[in-house]
Amino acid sequence: MSALDIKLLRDFRRLWAQSLAIALVMAAGVAVLLMSFGMSKALDETRDTYYERNRFADIFVDARSVPKSLLATVRGIEGVAAAEARVTTHATLDIEGKAQATVAFVTSLPEGGNPLLNVPILRLGDWPDPNASDQVALNEPFAIANNLWPGDRFAINLNGTKRTLAVTGWLLSPEFVYTIGPGSLIPDDEDYGILWMPERALAAALDRTGAFDNLAVKLRPGFSAKPVMDELDTLLEPYGNWGAIDRSEQTSNAFIDGEITQLQTLAYILPPVFLGIAVFLVNMVMGRLVRLERTEIGLLKALGYGNMAICVHYLLLSGLIAGAGVMLGWAVGSWLSYGLAKLYANFFKFPYLIYNISWNTYLISGLLGLGAATAGALRAALSAARLSPATAMSPPAPPHFKRSLLDRLLAALRISQPSMMILRSLIRWPFRAAMSVLGMALAVSILVASNFFPDALDVIIDSAFHQSNRQHAVLFFNEALPESALQDSRRLPGVLQAEGQQYLTAVLRNEHREKRVVVEARRPGLDLSRVVDDSGKPVDAPPGGIMLARRLAAQLDVGVGDLVEAEFRGNRHGTFTLPVTGLVTQYFGLGAYLDQETADRMFQQSPQVSVVNVTIDAAQEEAFQAQLKELPMLAGSAMLVENREGFQETISQNILITTTIYTVLGVLITVGVAYNAARIQLSERARELASLRILGFTRGEVGYILVGEILLLALIAQPVGWWIGWGVARLMAESFTSDLYAIPLVMKPATFTQASLVVLAAAAASVLLVRRKLDQMNLVSVMKTRE
Amino acid sequence: MTDAEIVFRTRDLSKVYDTGKVKVFALAHVDLELFAGELAVLLGPSGSGKSTLLNILGGLDHATEGRVWFRDRELTSLNDRGLTRFRRDHVGFVFQFYNLVPSLTARENVQLVTDVARNPMRPEEALERVGLVQRMDHFPAEMSGGEQQRVAIARAVAKRPEVLLCDEPTGALDSATGIQVLDVLRQVNEELGTSTVVITHNAEIRKMAHRVLYFQDGKLARFETNDVRVAPAEISW
Ligand SMILES: Nc1ncnc2c1ncn2[C@@H]1O[C@H](COP(=O)(O)OP(=O)(O)O)[C@@H](O)[C@H]1O
Ligand SMILES: [Mg+2]
Repeated sequence: MSALDIKLLRDFRRLWAQSLAIALVMAAGVAVLLMSFGMSKALDETRDTYYERNRFADIFVDARSVPKSLLATVRGIEGVAAAEARVTTHATLDIEGKAQATVAFVTSLPEGGNPLLNVPILRLGDWPDPNASDQVALNEPFAIANNLWPGDRFAINLNGTKRTLAVTGWLLSPEFVYTIGPGSLIPDDEDYGILWMPERALAAALDRTGAFDNLAVKLRPGFSAKPVMDELDTLLEPYGNWGAIDRSEQTSNAFIDGEITQLQTLAYILPPVFLGIAVFLVNMVMGRLVRLERTEIGLLKALGYGNMAICVHYLLLSGLIAGAGVMLGWAVGSWLSYGLAKLYANFFKFPYLIYNISWNTYLISGLLGLGAATAGALRAALSAARLSPATAMSPPAPPHFKRSLLDRLLAALRISQPSMMILRSLIRWPFRAAMSVLGMALAVSILVASNFFPDALDVIIDSAFHQSNRQHAVLFFNEALPESALQDSRRLPGVLQAEGQQYLTAVLRNEHREKRVVVEARRPGLDLSRVVDDSGKPVDAPPGGIMLARRLAAQLDVGVGDLVEAEFRGNRHGTFTLPVTGLVTQYFGLGAYLDQETADRMFQQSPQVSVVNVTIDAAQEEAFQAQLKELPMLAGSAMLVENREGFQETISQNILITTTIYTVLGVLITVGVAYNAARIQLSERARELASLRILGFTRGEVGYILVGEILLLALIAQPVGWWIGWGVARLMAESFTSDLYAIPLVMKPATFTQASLVVLAAAAASVLLVRRKLDQMNLVSVMKTRE
Repeated sequence: MTDAEIVFRTRDLSKVYDTGKVKVFALAHVDLELFAGELAVLLGPSGSGKSTLLNILGGLDHATEGRVWFRDRELTSLNDRGLTRFRRDHVGFVFQFYNLVPSLTARENVQLVTDVARNPMRPEEALERVGLVQRMDHFPAEMSGGEQQRVAIARAVAKRPEVLLCDEPTGALDSATGIQVLDVLRQVNEELGTSTVVITHNAEIRKMAHRVLYFQDGKLARFETNDVRVAPAEISW
């Protein structure tokens, strides 16, 4: 090995603590990049492969009792590659030993055998016999949650008749990667299942022989969905068509999309921050090293080493730091992303996980790390190359401290000499001071931006569960029923209050903007399911118009007083032009509200209910549940009490994980910046500080100069970090907001205090570590060495 | 020795430092010759321009005016790359403060040169010459000043340079150690025939030279040839 390379390795070893501090920051950037890209890619590819292999449909339409003869027409539409008709319904199950009524979505398996589209994967047992009338296959997570094995039996309430079904096997389907029951806010495998029954049996039970309720369509490659959807809408108009939707509106797919977008957002926001800080740290450390090694550089040049060789020598040192950071980042990133991808695959019900971070991702993240180090070291390396050998070997002139106006001001303030030294140094190296502040501010901001999530969720939970949805349970009916159904509900055992609502499906339009939503028709003064305005007061939909959630209004670009066109579909038809009469802030879904009497007039109907909200006496819950299982028209029920607990449990677990990760990241940055800044201070001021000690200053007083400057910078970094953190939080809240939910920007004082405490503590710990070196400094040898 | 081969020649060589307020003539119109195989001592008070001259001869610095030749090659016409090449192939330097790389052992410090030279000795051989083979694997911090300076000389001669330029090689040493170092230089000059220039402000050292060049205010004031040279061992200060 050449002597210069030996020097390189020895320098690297000597600078290990500083190199490590930088490498860790860089590793964090590389790991986050690898993790978020790797995971979003794994999720994306797993989904694509699953969809491809199992022929996930492109378009879905819900209608009621469409004659099968129409299928031929559908298949003839230009661009349609395949169409499959299914009989579907919601039903309540009665599982032995389980008190609660369980809701299931039941869909048919075609008479001819296996489905053509949305082909489920058989995970255990067998497919139901197409001719059997009492066989059923379950989606795997539901079967596992309820311990239902092939051969087990349970009761189902189909069209008012209770019958017993035997489980033949477990399935997984690309259509139900993510399942969420009607009225529920989070997935619940135990209380919401997917059932596959042979078409003949299901159609007979529902009086749908020769008809279907749901259509899945696969497009030919190169054809877009929109024209086909329009034709389907026209064709199915007479059958209570709910409106054709493409993949983007298919619930399961929309949730996965949202998750992938979030991961990608992280990949774009965080890594640049880490790599940027690494650039600065390398710049600071290499700059100092070159200044320290001036004479060595001069000597190497005198010996005949060229400019290039010197430049490369210092770039290689930064390359070694980058190498360490990148390797560490790869290791941690691979481990994290594989672990998290498995967690995701589990959360979403994928049958397998396609996880292969391509060498591309490794290459790009590695190059970015190396690029950051090179960018950081370039200035120092070039200045080393440019040093003239003759001047390099004569000692540098002492830095020039100018007496500025500020100095006179400081003098007038009668600041102590040590404090003066701190302030002078800040004025002397303003760029370095500013960058150190910025680095620590970014650490604060990362903590602020991650800490705000729990607060935002508190607001969401409070708004969704305590302000808006105060009912204990929601009962859904397969069709809208006359209001007398409400009376029936009141008679169920244990029911204290019961209130009804009618759910309608409509496409709202304003010029070229349109959105498919559920419109709730409500009587004024409802107390259980409330619509709450910003000030927390319940509001009613004003008669004669439509009230919209703010996000929906923004998507349609309408305000109060504007007109929207509402095309109703499903069991109530018609197109109306309605004025927007109010706006409300909502975190879940895109709500739209009509006054019940307005709706009755529009559809010339007697008052209807499709949903009943109830509160129940906890003591009688068992009797209530038992009775629910017998209700013929019940499509489903959701126990919101359980939803609440489940939601909070899931969330608080996730928050613990993410808060830990972000705290570690924030600490890494702080240590990287504070430790390196302090080490460089110590190196530059060793003589000065030693002189002070010799003059009789105590260790404490001298230590104060070192510790004081870094901590002063850390303090200045706090408000800057709060401000940046607030901005990042806003950015994240905006980018995480989808049709499904909105993240409110809630910033509590505790968020800022907590972030500041972590960063200040990490900064103090780093600086104290360096102060110990100051205490151990040998005064005599420091004074003897030449700069 | 006047008819010996000339290694360095300067014509009207000046170096001006412009510090803004005043111009300092570190060298003012210097004309001189240095001969192959001679050991020349450059004597003069501090600030008289000795180091400046040595740096320009060694290709470490640029002249402001005038011309410099190394044999028949004009140094003042070389660019940075050419000067680097020149230093690498022809010149060995010894500095007052040894300038060893602290993170490299004695052998590795010598290796810095042998790695890039055209026809070097083995580092061990160079260290042998200065009597330090047994301390080969020591770091600079583990050696005395005299030993460090001898390593520096080993490093300078390892490439078998044609000229050895020494700027106050004994400046940081006590007299006994300084004499040891000078003796090594004399030995190299005699055994390898390396033209050697030794800068000093210590008049006693002039006695070991073939020729003594007196510097004053950036000018070559005069020179004298020693008819009788004194071995370093017999010099004392
Ligand atoms: N880099 C420099 N900038 C300004 N003046 C310099 C510089 N280097 C040397 N000088 C001046 O040039 C003159 C000659 O210096 P030098 O050659 O080092 O003298 P010597 O080696 O004989 O002591 C001195 O007056 C010195 O102050
Ligand atoms: Mg000098």
